[in-house]
Amino acid sequence: MSTVTIDKAAPTRKVKYGSISRDRAWALRWSYFFLVIFAIFFLTPPVYMLITSLKSSAEISAATNPWWVFHPTLENYIALLTSNQFLRFFWNSAIVSIFVVTITMLISVPAAFALSRMRFWGSATLATGVFLTYLIPETLLFIPLFKMFAVIGDWTGIQLINRWYVLLILYPTLTVPFCTWIMIGYFASIPKELDEAAIIDGASWFQTLTRIFIPVALPGLIAATIFAFTVSWAQFLYPLVFTTSTDQLVMPVGIITTLIKGDVFNWGQIMTGALLGAAPPLIIYAFLMDYYIAGLTAGATKG
Amino acid sequence: MADVTLRKVVKRYDEVEAVRGIDLDIADHEFVVLVGPSGCGKSTTLRMIAGLEDISDGDIMIGGDIVNDVPPKDRDIAMVFQNYALYPHMTVAENMSFGLRLKRYPKAEIKSRVDEAARMLDIVELVDRKPKQLSGGQRQRVAMGRAIVRNPKVFLFDEPLSNLDAKLRVQMRIEIKKVHQKVRTTTVYVTHDQVEAMTLADRVVVMNHGRIEQIGTPNELYHKPATKFVASFIGSPAMNFIPCRLEDVAGKLHVRLTDRLAFPLPLARAVRYQNVPRTENLLLGLRPEHITEARPHAQPGVETFDTVLDVTEPMGMETLIYFTLEGTQVCGRVNPNADAHDGAPFRLAVDLNNMHLLNEVTGVVL
Amino acid sequence: MADVVLQPNRAATSKTVGKRGSLHKMLKRKSTVAFLMALPLILLIATLVIYPAFYALHLATLNKSMSRFVGLGNFEFLFKRETFWLVVQQSCIFAITAVIFKAVLGFIIAHFVHNIPAKGQRKWRGMLLVPWVIPPAMSTLAWLWLFDPSYSAFNYTLSFFGIGPIPWTGDAYWARFSVILVNIWVGAPFFMIMYLAALKSVPDQLYEAAAIDGANWWQRIWYVTLPMMRNIIAITTLFSLIVTFANFDIVRILTAGGPLDHTHIFATWAFRIGIEGSDIPLGASVSLFMVPILAVAAIFILRDISKRGNEA
Repeated sequence: MSTVTIDKAAPTRKVKYGSISRDRAWALRWSYFFLVIFAIFFLTPPVYMLITSLKSSAEISAATNPWWVFHPTLENYIALLTSNQFLRFFWNSAIVSIFVVTITMLISVPAAFALSRMRFWGSATLATGVFLTYLIPETLLFIPLFKMFAVIGDWTGIQLINRWYVLLILYPTLTVPFCTWIMIGYFASIPKELDEAAIIDGASWFQTLTRIFIPVALPGLIAATIFAFTVSWAQFLYPLVFTTSTDQLVMPVGIITTLIKGDVFNWGQIMTGALLGAAPPLIIYAFLMDYYIAGLTAGATKG
Repeated sequence: MADVTLRKVVKRYDEVEAVRGIDLDIADHEFVVLVGPSGCGKSTTLRMIAGLEDISDGDIMIGGDIVNDVPPKDRDIAMVFQNYALYPHMTVAENMSFGLRLKRYPKAEIKSRVDEAARMLDIVELVDRKPKQLSGGQRQRVAMGRAIVRNPKVFLFDEPLSNLDAKLRVQMRIEIKKVHQKVRTTTVYVTHDQVEAMTLADRVVVMNHGRIEQIGTPNELYHKPATKFVASFIGSPAMNFIPCRLEDVAGKLHVRLTDRLAFPLPLARAVRYQNVPRTENLLLGLRPEHITEARPHAQPGVETFDTVLDVTEPMGMETLIYFTLEGTQVCGRVNPNADAHDGAPFRLAVDLNNMHLLNEVTGVVL
Repeated sequence: MADVVLQPNRAATSKTVGKRGSLHKMLKRKSTVAFLMALPLILLIATLVIYPAFYALHLATLNKSMSRFVGLGNFEFLFKRETFWLVVQQSCIFAITAVIFKAVLGFIIAHFVHNIPAKGQRKWRGMLLVPWVIPPAMSTLAWLWLFDPSYSAFNYTLSFFGIGPIPWTGDAYWARFSVILVNIWVGAPFFMIMYLAALKSVPDQLYEAAAIDGANWWQRIWYVTLPMMRNIIAITTLFSLIVTFANFDIVRILTAGGPLDHTHIFATWAFRIGIEGSDIPLGASVSLFMVPILAVAAIFILRDISKRGNEA
């Protein structure tokens, strides 16, 4: 008896089950289809950079199929990597970024610790202020800052404009607020008992920060470091405004101002330079993608 | 090793008083449990002893020294937290030795102390693991190990077992008791679980609304509660409170529960309650174990009556029965073989030798 | 009696103790230490963000050589210039269009990524975020090359379909389109990542419950996904609105404001006037026009963030 009923029930169930899985399969196919289209859209410019960078000037001006390299050559890479000027840009960018990352961490980590754990007069307002500062774009401040530094130069004789190290003062205004903000979020997610345990164990505030908080919030610290680095590396407006001599320029501005000479565009070299300029962030991203994404989403999901 | 003394300790948060003047003397080697419902101020009191909270008024002494303004690290205490608060990036051994390393103890001594504590807690094979790789009970042991290694004057426990499941809780309770028997360090233990309080403590401090309701040994609290709060908080199932009044019937003092139900008091009780005004609204406090099935042989002070049971709960070794007296639900414990059924009439006996009489308004036990 | 005698005594002793170690104690006080730890941050914000912001207000009231106070003269001058109104209009079109497309595109892509099996998601997510990772100045160069008037790779491809050649950056309307397109290209991945994180945080049980209640996929998105993600969508959109509105790199490199100022937005025009044209007060005045819309967006973000804080 019972077997008969099961046999009767089985076919109807099977059909229904099959229809669901068929729906799923189609949804999946469509998802992949659109993802491929979007991936093409998103990856065309960088791929095109690579294609062009492998072409000689002759091949570029011959206007053959732009999507294909007929005579691949490394001459653009060789030209740039042996050019003192280009290496100078790269060097400036690297130095500026490393210093800015260091300065940012030295300022924002202790501040985030103080703001998330140690309450003092006005600390809540300051935490909000930090976030607001992060929302202020550099395009709002570059003109008054430029004038400020010019005035400082007139008054004190300390010439900051057209010196690469002026960027060490300017970039932290972009990196510190966000890094402080996400570190506040990471520190706030550490249970309160952990620092109480440390205090009872005899740790000072400083020891609590260095021996407990920094190691525990290391993923956040890495995310903040990556953020600070990519922002410093990519920043375009401040170096464009504040530095002009070719030996003071950083990568993005250097490539744009020196490789574009009047109306003569050496596209092979420009694309090579752009690709080399994009390489450090891309390499960091490739290896530390999870931290990179954690930092990206932390701004809105933490705190 | 030290005694701990609290003198009129007050904690105010803005205008709210969380702790309203507590006096408490904890002797050396003593295991004292602060127990009470959440928000009663027990954790705040513990945190004030630890130095994690400033005290608003009064004095706290550890080993005879006033420590009001002494930072936690100089109070020579160790604390075990509810969520263990193990440092996630350190191994078990590093967790346990962190305090000693900060104080720059010699390496050899740190190692021997950690080893000893690990042996005592049976976590020797875990010392190189990270907290993430441990179970809840193991984490709890490590947290205790961290306290033991320090060899402090006082152990402070803040609800250490509430994150564990029921079975593990019983096991760790025994473990904590064993450790205390070995190290004999003065211990202040906070919990909301009266069973934990009763089983662990040399003395239990029952707190409510920021005040101490009663201090006593577990047996004192159980058998001689001072207030209705203590009487109802200690013991499970809780004590029954039945509205009643005293009455003189034929020269004998009776307690009247309903129009039809009144019991004569046993002699000792009658003497004790002689001066209670007969008009006062009172509560009869009876623990469930003193409401049992009627037995064939009458005993002095044990009175029988008939009722209809609402619900019965067979527990195995006993059956809990519930019935209603004038709108008050009453719980009793009867022999599982006593033939008690839901909705069935049943003959019960109350042991008035163990009764309590409370003032209904003030809650004071008379 | 005893109490009365005791009280003043105790108060006195505690006072002397307080005095003796007051400086030492203050230095050890938690709030003092905390303040010192936050001090570099405070100084940085005060001198390099707040001060310049007010300094911009001051600059905006000076004449070109910064020798004379002209009050609102710069603003009056701007209001009379046609280019200014063009910039206002373009900034708004640019920001609003780009943000809407970024938000929608990001949402769609996030859904597709969320749909595919978890083990492939990492790979796709990694690939689709690349535009956000490349410094915008560098990627815009690639676009500039793709849009090149004579060698445009797009026009080459489109010619096979009989379309074009399209003046990507030469014609005012096409140039606006191109600028917005590049901005969408850069920004959509950010939305995708944010939405993906939000999608992951929606408990599966909710979808199962909705499916049992008979909701189709569209109803599931409308009644479950969107409400659950409302906060993230709001914050991401507002944040992107600020960044897009204040954008500089893309327009500067792609069109430099041209043709005929038809793609200038506040930031690029302020740069053109203030730095390239050396009229710092007028440039400062232009950039100040970004403040109102930024302030509104910031207020909304702050409200959302504090709401999140209250919920937690």
